[in-house]
Amino acid sequence: MALAGEDFCIVAADTRQSDGYHINCRYAPKAHQLSDKTVIGTSGFYADGLNFVKKIKQRMEWYFHQHDKTMSTTAIAQLISIMLYQKRFFPYYVFCVIGGIDENGKGCVYSYDSVGNAERVQYQAAGSGNELLQPFLDSQIGLKNRSNENETLNLTEEMAIKIVKDAFSSVTERDIHTGDCVEIYIIRKDGVECQKYPLKRD
Amino acid sequence: MNYPNPFADAIDYQRMEQHYDQEALDSLNAISPMTRTQQPIVTGTSVLAVKYKDGIMMTTDCLASYGSLARFRNVERMLKVGDSTIIGASGDISDFQYITYLMDKLMTKEYNANNGQPLAPENIYEYLSQVMYQRRNKFDPLWNALVVGGFQDGKSFLGYVNLRGTTYQSETIATGYGAYIAQPLLRNAVEKRNGEPLTEEEAKKLLDDCMRVLFYRDARSLNKLQRATVTAAGVNISEPYSLETEWAFAENIRGYGA
Repeated sequence: MALAGEDFCIVAADTRQSDGYHINCRYAPKAHQLSDKTVIGTSGFYADGLNFVKKIKQRMEWYFHQHDKTMSTTAIAQLISIMLYQKRFFPYYVFCVIGGIDENGKGCVYSYDSVGNAERVQYQAAGSGNELLQPFLDSQIGLKNRSNENETLNLTEEMAIKIVKDAFSSVTERDIHTGDCVEIYIIRKDGVECQKYPLKRD
Repeated sequence: MNYPNPFADAIDYQRMEQHYDQEALDSLNAISPMTRTQQPIVTGTSVLAVKYKDGIMMTTDCLASYGSLARFRNVERMLKVGDSTIIGASGDISDFQYITYLMDKLMTKEYNANNGQPLAPENIYEYLSQVMYQRRNKFDPLWNALVVGGFQDGKSFLGYVNLRGTTYQSETIATGYGAYIAQPLLRNAVEKRNGEPLTEEEAKKLLDDCMRVLFYRDARSLNKLQRATVTAAGVNISEPYSLETEWAFAENIRGYGA
């Protein structure tokens, strides 16, 4: 999942790799740092996700050598959409979310389906726990369906991290594919920090 | 007056053509389209591997089954690649033999490059996982679950890759039936130690115990197995050996036809 604040952004993904009822591995990262301003989270087919991220990094390197600058988050967002759509009839079976800081220094999140439909959003959950996560985010960050319509939220980094941890702890209870550990990437204008937070292993 | 139809010949010809086309179509239908591997044929069962104090320990049995028939009973399912890597294979044996050929080709190329920098276990693992992933993208997978173990520069490596190109690295790995039966036992033994690595003797006993349980419960297993270690001393694959088993309890089992 990912969520954007005013001048920061968070991308978080658990590290469990499972195959049906099996747990293959308790630490198989699926969130990857692409640059100082962008992090991607991949869910779905793990091998596709890994190779997709590899291809993105390669394209980013080519871009760097051609233009002598690192790709911006919005440029990466567009690239991902195109790369996914290029494989429209044999898709990468991945549901990506990227988070980062845009050219105006604001937090941003882009969400995709496996064939490249893209949308800029404030927050997004993807993967096996998404049905459980998204309504929680709608309530806590989107402030949807509240009795007080004038309620506003000034999302601080501390609040956001707390929400992420709560969200993952709750989803771990109900979704068998989620657990073990969550990696929380905090993207600020001066760089990326990665925190690890243990989850239940059952 | 009865005039002849000026198009009669043409119509006859058309009918003939139609007839001919139909026949051609039928004959085409009789030829089935080209197919790719859609199931494994001669198969090997579980591969078990753990990290221990000195490196990696891995075991497989020596059986290659043809469905439920124990077809070949003296097959080596572990492959030494270079001086610090071993590959254990379950799944289709002929695909594994092809992988053996690929590895041989790769190592010959490396030998000729003569660059004084041997391929690390990580490199061989990456190569293998890319081969497996590319074949799945061609809808022509190599029907295996492979375990790559290695020890180089004081570091252990243990990774898994399967027919879909799915990969992971872990302290313990078990494929096939072993994923159900042995993996919980392996994890339990390792996690109990709280980060303290297993000794060689402990690892040996652990894997033997797991293989014994598998021999009792996995109907595609054989009590003739090999143990391999990858340590600073290099790769060592043991001669086949058997485990002590106890079947007296079977007398008392009732039900399921007994």
